[in-house]
Amino acid sequence: MSELETFRAEARAWLEENCPAEMRTPAKGDEDVCWGGRNFVFQSDAQKLWLERCVAKGYTVPDWPKAYGGAGLSPQETKVLRQEMAKLGCRSPLNSFGIWMLGPALLKFGTEEQKVHYLGQIARGEIRWCQGYSEPGSGSDLVSMQTFGEDKGDHWVVNGQKIWTSYADKADWIFCLVRTDKTNKYQGISFLLFDMETPGVTTKPIKLISGNSPFCETFFDNVVVPKHQIVGELNRGWDVAKYLLGHEREMISGMGGDGGVTSIGAAMKAVLSEEPVLRAQMALFDVENLTFRAHGERFMDEWKTGKAHPAYSNLMKYVGTELNKKRNELVMSIGGTQALEWESERSNGGSKARNWLRTKANSIEGGTSEVMLNVVSKRILEMPGA
Amino acid sequence: MAMTLNDDQNMLRESARDFMASEAPVTHFRKFRDMGCKDGFSHGLWKQFAEMGFTGILIPEAEGGMGMGQIEAGIVLEEIGRNLSPSPFLTTSVAAVEALKLADKAMRDRWFPGILAGETVIGIAIEEGVKHRPEKIACVAERSGNGFKLTGHKQFVVQGTSSDMLIVAARTAGAVGETDGLTLFAVDKDAAGLSMEAARLVDSAMAAHVKLDGVQVNADAVIGDVDGGWAVLSKMLDAGRVGAAAEMVGVGTGAMDMTFDYLKTRKQFDRVIGEFQALQHRAAHLYGEMEGARSIVLKAQSLMDEGHAKAELYVAAAKAKAGLACNLAVREGVQMHGGIGMTDEYDIGLYMKRDRGLNEFFGDAYYHADRVATMNGY
Repeated sequence: MSELETFRAEARAWLEENCPAEMRTPAKGDEDVCWGGRNFVFQSDAQKLWLERCVAKGYTVPDWPKAYGGAGLSPQETKVLRQEMAKLGCRSPLNSFGIWMLGPALLKFGTEEQKVHYLGQIARGEIRWCQGYSEPGSGSDLVSMQTFGEDKGDHWVVNGQKIWTSYADKADWIFCLVRTDKTNKYQGISFLLFDMETPGVTTKPIKLISGNSPFCETFFDNVVVPKHQIVGELNRGWDVAKYLLGHEREMISGMGGDGGVTSIGAAMKAVLSEEPVLRAQMALFDVENLTFRAHGERFMDEWKTGKAHPAYSNLMKYVGTELNKKRNELVMSIGGTQALEWESERSNGGSKARNWLRTKANSIEGGTSEVMLNVVSKRILEMPGA
Repeated sequence: MAMTLNDDQNMLRESARDFMASEAPVTHFRKFRDMGCKDGFSHGLWKQFAEMGFTGILIPEAEGGMGMGQIEAGIVLEEIGRNLSPSPFLTTSVAAVEALKLADKAMRDRWFPGILAGETVIGIAIEEGVKHRPEKIACVAERSGNGFKLTGHKQFVVQGTSSDMLIVAARTAGAVGETDGLTLFAVDKDAAGLSMEAARLVDSAMAAHVKLDGVQVNADAVIGDVDGGWAVLSKMLDAGRVGAAAEMVGVGTGAMDMTFDYLKTRKQFDRVIGEFQALQHRAAHLYGEMEGARSIVLKAQSLMDEGHAKAELYVAAAKAKAGLACNLAVREGVQMHGGIGMTDEYDIGLYMKRDRGLNEFFGDAYYHADRVATMNGY
């Protein structure tokens, strides 16, 4: 047996042994998802146990080094572990912006001290992070941001406002872009980390068209941030941010409902068999969905071996988010009048309609589809012009 | 397996790329088109394919071939597509070879040497209507003497009149519409009662209408099992489909690259037209579609090579996606070239024509999307 197959057998045995039965059923909604953090309330003993066991094994962040709370797995082993988790239907033990976004940036730009401290907390699910990038006047044109950190010797005093901060009201800490030099647009931004309980930080949830409030406005009023809480060099935060946005795009592009290749068509057969045009739309969607999964698999394999173009995640973000919107349009069409229900038991509190509306943000957040196409055109296709 | 090519596959790609670009570029295709070649391809080039080892790429090593899989055949097909190189490779070396691999030793011994030498061409006689409907085969094979007597008609038999043998699917049992009861036959080009009428297609390939008027074949002409031809047919069709999909990745990429080069050089309103965002966004979208097609084709090839249970689903999805993406590439190609794209002198139109032929080959995107839906349970 090859080493990888030996690992597969071991991983499977470990999952069989350690993943509680309740954690092998699909999460019904966001309340079933473990986000960790200081204030997180576990929904069940099984959820808590599953997290603790994964933390002990390093499986919340399997590909991170052991010194920072990971399991030190190779990319191939990580892929195998995910395949085995999917086969058993294991839920993710921990969802976290720390794992998906801040972690990779710290691994690349952080000091050894920062890695040991922050990555360990992330791996153990102790601190829940949010991201402070966009501002009311800075959406797609992110570098025009104005939130300013005034140099006070051993600390900065930060004033300003962020918007579209995901789960800011539930987060413990923020990784935040702050202007530290007003004279240089790109090289005048620093990447700071600070506690959301620091005096002067306030959040206000924004109600979206879905009726839910996953995003907040976040206000900074003379917030003191010690100098050692900077990631990367002073005024070079844009490098960190760009690197991290690549990871965010990968994450958002991966949002495909069940995250897999299973067709939603079979469950909707009764409706589809009576509406050939809708069935045809569903069939073409399935072709696109299988294509996107294969595309993602190929991209990840090329990315890990350093063969992918550095801007390629922009393409995946564009394709994946447009596909997810299309999926939800089909879910609504197939669901018909029942999918219109907003506040009923039988519609699970309007989950179809709310999810459908939520997905409209997929092609806006983390860089709009139009900006993604600009980037692909200029950086990958090398089209001329500004 | 990893969704990347390994070192051997990359080497094969380099050699196939160099070979097609030097021996069979678009100018080669144009030459044979303009001389009104009755075969639609060069026998000399087919021999060169053999010297490169391409013709026997899927034939087992023990029988003199390269013993490779669909990924490798697809690598050659992509370069064929990129250069519009005319050859019997897809029908003979991919589809026919996959069928013959399921035939008995005597038949393999009869046909493999000629294929390996680049001397034999085999036509696939499946289609009976204007659209791909393999389960609706009505051509009849009745028991007769030591074998069978075939009666019926076939069409869209690519390079039919240039073929030494036709693989003919006929019904030995069951009703039209059933997959049981079909049988595949190897019918010699000189068989009595077999007549063909060649027609030139939009992409300059030659395809034949075939009439089978009581064609007598011996029992040893059967490929696989009598009444169990669907298994052989499915294997042959899926190899041809994923092969056509790979060729379309080549055609689409060739058209796309040519178009992107044009966007970077053509000037209007005092600037290169590639500076216009309206064109940039369409270019980036097209690139994404072609990259998706390339990915699903590779996935389907690797599942076929593994003998994976899901291979059939992925082949259908790959043929559908490659068809849609390649079609977008040639349509955008002609449009973005503007007036020059409408001229016969410029190559982009040739890509558009080739795409059309390949899209219809062994089922179009809609046919295969429908199969995806059926296989997905709705």
